[in-house]
Amino acid sequence: MNKPAAHLETAIVEQDTHPMADLLRMDRMPHIWCSGCGLGTGLTCFIMALKETGIPEDKVAVVSGIGCTGRVAGYLNLDSFHTTHGRGIPFATGLALANPDLRVVVYSGDGDLVAIGGNHFIHSARRNMDLMVVCVNNFTYGMTGGQAGPTTPISAKASTAPYGSYDYPFNIPYLAIASGATYVARWTSLHMRRLKNSMREALPKKGFRVIEIICPCPTAFARKNRLGSGLDLMKHYHDNSIIKHGADPREADIDMNGKVVCGTFLDIERPTFRDFQTENIAKQLGGE
Amino acid sequence: MKYWRKPLDADTIKVPHGRIYVVKEQCKGCGFCVEYCPKDVLELSQEFNKKGYHSPVAVREEDCVSCGLCELICPDFAIYAELIEEDETTEETPNKTDKTEKAEV
Ligand SMILES: Cc1ncc(C[n+]2csc(CCOP(=O)(O)OP(=O)(O)O)c2C)c(N)n1
Ligand code: SF4
Ligand code: SF4
Ligand code: SF4
Ligand SMILES: [Mg+2]
Repeated sequence: MNKPAAHLETAIVEQDTHPMADLLRMDRMPHIWCSGCGLGTGLTCFIMALKETGIPEDKVAVVSGIGCTGRVAGYLNLDSFHTTHGRGIPFATGLALANPDLRVVVYSGDGDLVAIGGNHFIHSARRNMDLMVVCVNNFTYGMTGGQAGPTTPISAKASTAPYGSYDYPFNIPYLAIASGATYVARWTSLHMRRLKNSMREALPKKGFRVIEIICPCPTAFARKNRLGSGLDLMKHYHDNSIIKHGADPREADIDMNGKVVCGTFLDIERPTFRDFQTENIAKQLGGE
Repeated sequence: MKYWRKPLDADTIKVPHGRIYVVKEQCKGCGFCVEYCPKDVLELSQEFNKKGYHSPVAVREEDCVSCGLCELICPDFAIYAELIEEDETTEETPNKTDKTEKAEV
């Protein structure tokens, strides 16, 4: 065997040599995310997926709302916009309708997308708008210090639920499918390759696509619930996630001790808002 | 992995080798890369970076198969591998180990 000799020192390099530096705003690095936060892993998967699709960089726009996840728009070196809280989807809807050649991605948190932005989420799904939504679910409002939100599991502690949350959380794949989404998948931050493949698959599609990422928030959610570090949460996902493509989303609830069902829940086609707009309305008005 | 019998295509299988690059000042010492590297190439250094984190060092760089997992899992864009050479296999394969499967769940 003629393996290369062991290098005595690991090569320390500057940030701009990183293979993803071209799609990141390196002047804003290091990012604000905590040590062990999974947000950066998901973003890496997104950048790799985008590169693999070959979609030109000027044909993609990324929109975020507010929150730790909402910082994504500001870190990507693409046309991106950081909207107000919960308003990523309406802003992105304008982009997608005005410029049908643009692949428009909404990348935001659970609180942003299904609490304050919940109505936009369900109605955009109902209308099958041409948007890909990446919803990072860390079960809490990370940025504001760990309040209970719409996905906080029953019995989980939060700064606003010191004795444990007692209201039913949303199950995002079920919500998305019931509302009319056409592509719905869920992965954890540990399923990097599968997450990346899902993103690569969903990016060129039409209609309302939702990818949920179950993500460690060691600072707010894990600390309040004594779940340990980001690495401990990754190990927890390893032990407690199961992959079941085509699973019934009603069986994909997440609770504090149960399994996290991952996979592609749905991948179908139905006419999008734009299809109806061009065909039906034009017909009504007597045009083509 | 030792073969109990030499595979017919052993002469043609190539083992990739990687060189590891660390953006030391960008690392936050989360340990994801160290834990999930399928070849146990990495360890956290004893030294601190400017932010007070321990960044990884490739203590067994000769074992790196350039699988790219460390780059994919790093939340801080602080590590990557580069393919340096393809080499003939005699007694090892770069195939999945328990650890890679672990990270891929
Ligand atoms: C209109 C409005 N209400 C409340 C806030 C405060 N706020 C900022 S981020 C946030 C929650 C973010 O939670 P999530 O979307 O889950 O993102 P995470 O930080 O967990 O990634 C809230 C309530 C705000 N910025 N604007
Ligand atoms: S508070 Fe939580 S979600 Fe926000 S950066 Fe820190 S670990 Fe990540
Ligand atoms: S490229 Fe693969 S084998 Fe090499 S250090 Fe990274 S994870 Fe380990
Ligand atoms: S995964 Fe990245 S941030 Fe975490 S220890 Fe490794 S190089 Fe540092
Ligand atoms: Mg959140």
